[in-house]
Amino acid sequence: MLLDLVPIWTVLLGLAVFYYVVFDGFDLGVGILYGFAPDAVSRSLVMNSVGPIWDGNETWLVFGGLGLLAAFPMAFAIIIPAVYFPILIMLLALVFRGVAFEFRFKRPALRRFWDGAFCGGSVIATFAQGVVLGTFIQGFKINGREFAGTSFDWVTPFALLTGVALMFGYALLGAGWLILKTEGDLQRWARRIGRICLIGVLIAILSVSLWTPLAFPSIADRWFSWPNIAFLSPVPIITLLIAVLEWRALADGPDVAPFLGAVGLFLISFIGIAISLWPMIVPYHYTLWQAASSASTQAFLLIGTLFLLPIILMYTAWSYWVFRGKVRGDIGYH
Amino acid sequence: MTLDPILLSRLQWAWVIAWHILLPAFTVGLASYIAVLEGFYFFTGRDVWFRISGFWTRIFAVSFGMGVVSGIIMPFQFGTNWSRFTDATADVLSPMMAYEGLMAFFLEASFLGVLLFGRRLVPRWAHFLAAVMVAFGTLLSSFWILATNSWMQTPTGYKVVDGRFVPADWLAIVFNPSFPYRLAHNVNAFYITTAFVVLGVGAYLVRREKGVGEARLMIRMALDLLIILVPLQIFLGDLHGLNTLEYQPAKLAAIEGRYDTVKPTPLTIFGIPDDKNATMRYALEIPDLGSLILTHSWDGVIKGLKEWPADERPPVAFPFYGFRLMVAIGLIMLAVVIVGQVLLRSGGRIYRSDWFLRLCQWVMPLGFIAVIAGWVTTEVGRQPWTVYGLMRTSDSVSPSLTGSDVAISFALYVVVYLIMFPTGIAFMAGLVRRGPQDGAEAGAIESGLPDRPFRQAAVRPDTDL
Repeated sequence: MLLDLVPIWTVLLGLAVFYYVVFDGFDLGVGILYGFAPDAVSRSLVMNSVGPIWDGNETWLVFGGLGLLAAFPMAFAIIIPAVYFPILIMLLALVFRGVAFEFRFKRPALRRFWDGAFCGGSVIATFAQGVVLGTFIQGFKINGREFAGTSFDWVTPFALLTGVALMFGYALLGAGWLILKTEGDLQRWARRIGRICLIGVLIAILSVSLWTPLAFPSIADRWFSWPNIAFLSPVPIITLLIAVLEWRALADGPDVAPFLGAVGLFLISFIGIAISLWPMIVPYHYTLWQAASSASTQAFLLIGTLFLLPIILMYTAWSYWVFRGKVRGDIGYH
Repeated sequence: MTLDPILLSRLQWAWVIAWHILLPAFTVGLASYIAVLEGFYFFTGRDVWFRISGFWTRIFAVSFGMGVVSGIIMPFQFGTNWSRFTDATADVLSPMMAYEGLMAFFLEASFLGVLLFGRRLVPRWAHFLAAVMVAFGTLLSSFWILATNSWMQTPTGYKVVDGRFVPADWLAIVFNPSFPYRLAHNVNAFYITTAFVVLGVGAYLVRREKGVGEARLMIRMALDLLIILVPLQIFLGDLHGLNTLEYQPAKLAAIEGRYDTVKPTPLTIFGIPDDKNATMRYALEIPDLGSLILTHSWDGVIKGLKEWPADERPPVAFPFYGFRLMVAIGLIMLAVVIVGQVLLRSGGRIYRSDWFLRLCQWVMPLGFIAVIAGWVTTEVGRQPWTVYGLMRTSDSVSPSLTGSDVAISFALYVVVYLIMFPTGIAFMAGLVRRGPQDGAEAGAIESGLPDRPFRQAAVRPDTDL
């Protein structure tokens, strides 16, 4: 009998999703904030701060999607049709946003159109991802191995809330990134707007933390039954701690601190959701093991992944290293 | 009229993949071409190779970027619209698709950065190596995605457990019977498509007297490659056809427009297929030739579609016309290449033959049209199956979708692609119009960002870095 690879793929997929959320999260967030930037010069700087790296970040969406498909195909086959329209809208928004990077500087006549495409695409893609998250937490109506609901089941107050919540979350990551990559007035602006985003994020975290145990008995049971409550009580305490540190960091902390604080908030939220849903991959119906592909499938893909993934990560790290430091007005998309 | 989610999902799939396939049709060939140019530059040290390579690398970057953006859409289609197919086949197919994505990103994206911006950052041999690795990456991507497609056409190496396909033998899955033929035929088609683009762009530059030295080399290289590849493609196509006859005889019957089994089989040149009455109207036929071409003997038999129940026959019109269009384009290409070679060998008359240079520009899109026609032939020809003979297309669609759901998504894909692709193509045309740049401007590329798509164009002409 082959080794049980499900835990390995769970970790890999979890890391890929978290990587995507943080990295494409900050560049989508930068896109959201782009719409609020004070003037044309700062807009260019805002855009250039993610210019060299956004497409690499976006590729992780494909890794996440294909990873889910390969390791847990039943989950892919149930979840993706359930979020048919959010996925559609997210993909089209990402397309628009992606080409806006390239076309904005080529055709001045259409610049305002592409400006709108960049910001609007970022906002819509983020909202759609938040809706997907909310729909996932809510669970799905299923029949056997198939999704049995309609293509509009995702339209619920909870999913819309998570959609808005993610916009604040990504914008906070984006503000953190801008603080790291810019200086002077633009950086001060990013610190101010970062605080507004943080308030939004904290309201969102609080709402979701109250809503989910009230609406989903299994989540309430997970968190509030003894002895879980003892083990899990540090989670909200740590969240609060990070929130306070992030608030201070946004005021006058080192340039890198607000970004790290935002990542911390995402990490603790991510862990919180994982605790709520474990071990479900199709919430409230199928576990990771039930939805897993055959051991042979998981093994076949794992061999190549373990070889290619470190190299991809090293290359990615190198390209971030090349673009380290503050973004300058004279290099980039001109 | 009621909206059929199956038909609309098929149309949507056809729409997003038809646009997407145009990009690999170009980038696979172009990556190899750039690797060859970089090789010439590395071994001869002549600047002209450097300029041609730089010119095409800028164009490559744009099409690669569009390929990435339209490629992100593709894996999600399996989940949104074809969830039943996904659930049934993912154990077998998904690792191959995942390898395609991983390798495309790993080799193409990472080494493209070096290729675009690393001229001064890395030694010359490393730059050449980067070009080779990008080309290798495009070929590996083709390898995995065509293995996936081929398995759907000629499935082997699987077991069926509870109605789902489970892997039994990975070698048999990857190297399924139609895969070697499909891979060879496709990659060669991509090379030919690219060579015709290079030929047409070279002709344009000669006529506009922009970078004439470089343009002449482009024309010569393209014609010398094509005189080998176009006849080779006809040979490979024939082999692929024999393979189809063996493993997908109903598809072959549709391609031939053959409803009745006749011995020996005539070759239908043209006609109007009528699926309802299972007959070819106004058929223009040559006796016995069908047997000769398809079985390589005078009395071989091609089974007609009537040998299959009506619900296992593919619609004839698409494969029938698609195949004829592909063959016609192949013959036109052959004629153009032969004439071009004659003009080329008669003391370079080609560069003064304005009519021929114009012709080269006109035939530029033919490769793309042939790729689409061939793809329609093979994909419609394998209907009504998604896994040939085992899983029906009608059983593959996501059960939750209504016709109007898919109508909305399809309409949105149409609108977005009709904005995105023409803009991208116009942008590439702009790069062509600028022509090969001299050393100073080519050097400016390096001051841009060491990253992927479109970056080169990000550089201001007045930069002094």
